[in-house]
Amino acid sequence: MRHEISILIIGLLVVLTTASIVAAILSARAPKPLSSTLVNLTQRINAWWVMVALMTVAFFFGRYGMTILFALISFAALREFVTLTHTRRSDHWVLLGMFGIIIPFQYWLVWTAWYGLFVIFIPVYCFLLMPAITALHGDTERFLERIAAQQWAVMISVYCVSHVPALLTLEVPGFEGRNLLLIAFLIIVVQGSDVLQYIFGKLFGKHRFSPTVSPSKTWEGLIGGLVSASLLGALLSFVTPFSPLQAAGVAFIACLMGFLGGLVASAIKRDQGVKDWGHLIEGHGGMMDRTDSLVFAAPIFFHIVRYFWTV
Amino acid sequence: MNRLSLKTFTLLQTATSVGLSAMAWAVTGVRPIWNGSLPSERQRIYFANHTSHGDFILLSACLSEKERAMTHAVAAGEYWGKSRLRRFIAEDMLSSVLISRQWTKPEENPIEIMLSVLDQGHSLILFPEGTRNMTEEPLLNFRSGLYNLSIARPDVELIPCWIENMSRVLPKGQFLPVPLLCRVVFGAPVAVAPGEERRGFLNRAHAALLALNPRPERDD
Repeated sequence: MRHEISILIIGLLVVLTTASIVAAILSARAPKPLSSTLVNLTQRINAWWVMVALMTVAFFFGRYGMTILFALISFAALREFVTLTHTRRSDHWVLLGMFGIIIPFQYWLVWTAWYGLFVIFIPVYCFLLMPAITALHGDTERFLERIAAQQWAVMISVYCVSHVPALLTLEVPGFEGRNLLLIAFLIIVVQGSDVLQYIFGKLFGKHRFSPTVSPSKTWEGLIGGLVSASLLGALLSFVTPFSPLQAAGVAFIACLMGFLGGLVASAIKRDQGVKDWGHLIEGHGGMMDRTDSLVFAAPIFFHIVRYFWTV
Repeated sequence: MNRLSLKTFTLLQTATSVGLSAMAWAVTGVRPIWNGSLPSERQRIYFANHTSHGDFILLSACLSEKERAMTHAVAAGEYWGKSRLRRFIAEDMLSSVLISRQWTKPEENPIEIMLSVLDQGHSLILFPEGTRNMTEEPLLNFRSGLYNLSIARPDVELIPCWIENMSRVLPKGQFLPVPLLCRVVFGAPVAVAPGEERRGFLNRAHAALLALNPRPERDD
């Protein structure tokens, strides 16, 4: 596995270094003061350096690193999500439970590989108990809206995100001890697809995909991004249990889900009247702005691998 | 003379302020938005909306360590002076200035106490609503203290600071904070205009603070 990881890290370093050099050349040639697009591009690339460094460190701590990292990502994402929703004073204990009980428990289930409870704890138990607690408080003002938002918040930011480290619990014959590479594959392909959609959109984007939801998403960006990300997936098949063709297909589905995740996140932001989820990552906005595609891709990727590749 | 006003910023207070600021960041990811003023070591009165005990912790977390050491929150003596433990927390750990709303003796005059802190070159955090706002109104009417302080010490800058979301993080009567993102918006300084009367100034300061709210409640 060490060999594959070295190749991935070197590949990422080459891509990031190239991006930084290109951004520096563009900035040096552009008229001053720099356009907001260029400033944002540089900020984004710098943030990618930090994110890749963090992921690499977590990678080296293996299961511990991944579980803790994604629990923290869930925390940051849930915090952004709940901040945007309407909450009332009577929701205090439910909200505390979401952060203090649901996140630790869900990641404990990941850690212990208790699959049976992992898949139903949030969609069944939390789904029924959270509104029950809210009803017991007796505050019916905008009740359905509040419980729906709470439920969706934990589904998106905790349940879906926890499927990334849960990849480590899958037993793929012939792939034992190398599951970390599945996480690397998923993240590189999905985040790569985001970047590629951005690049294709900026270069060739003409026809808006959905002007009412997200003005920046174009058909050209979507198609260019998906095709190139699928090729990237095929290229990375050597780190996976998939053949190159299978890897391209899996990557395509994951990236399509990622695109839909970004679209849904944009719709929520539009509905709430904000541009970004938060302000955690310079140039990117909040944690949810960076992980919206991973959130939608992770559970589907998890179940595809589980259904077709485990015994 | 108030014993606090003579006290130096001790090790305990430094540790508390660094610890609380780190905690405020971990829970709320607090970020200052300088919208009309900039960080400065100038002597200031930061005046803010008040909904939670966490308010001044959030506000001081937005200041540099050096400014924080020179800035004291004004707190109600009726509440924070009630027991020895509360007084220890308020005065010794948080280095707040306790004032009494129902004062009788001249040495308890809140304005005099606050002026004595200003005269040492320190800054203040003041909640001019006088109490935590538990109503549906975004901001209650201001009490006169802000006006009186500004008339007495016209060189001190008055900075409006809108604290966002803190009422949701730590509502009244709750002890554990819910992690939600918070921002503090620092506005342009407000000053008493020549000949301006009390109520007119207080209304103007009130409006200046309210105008900083980045996300006015939607009426849906």
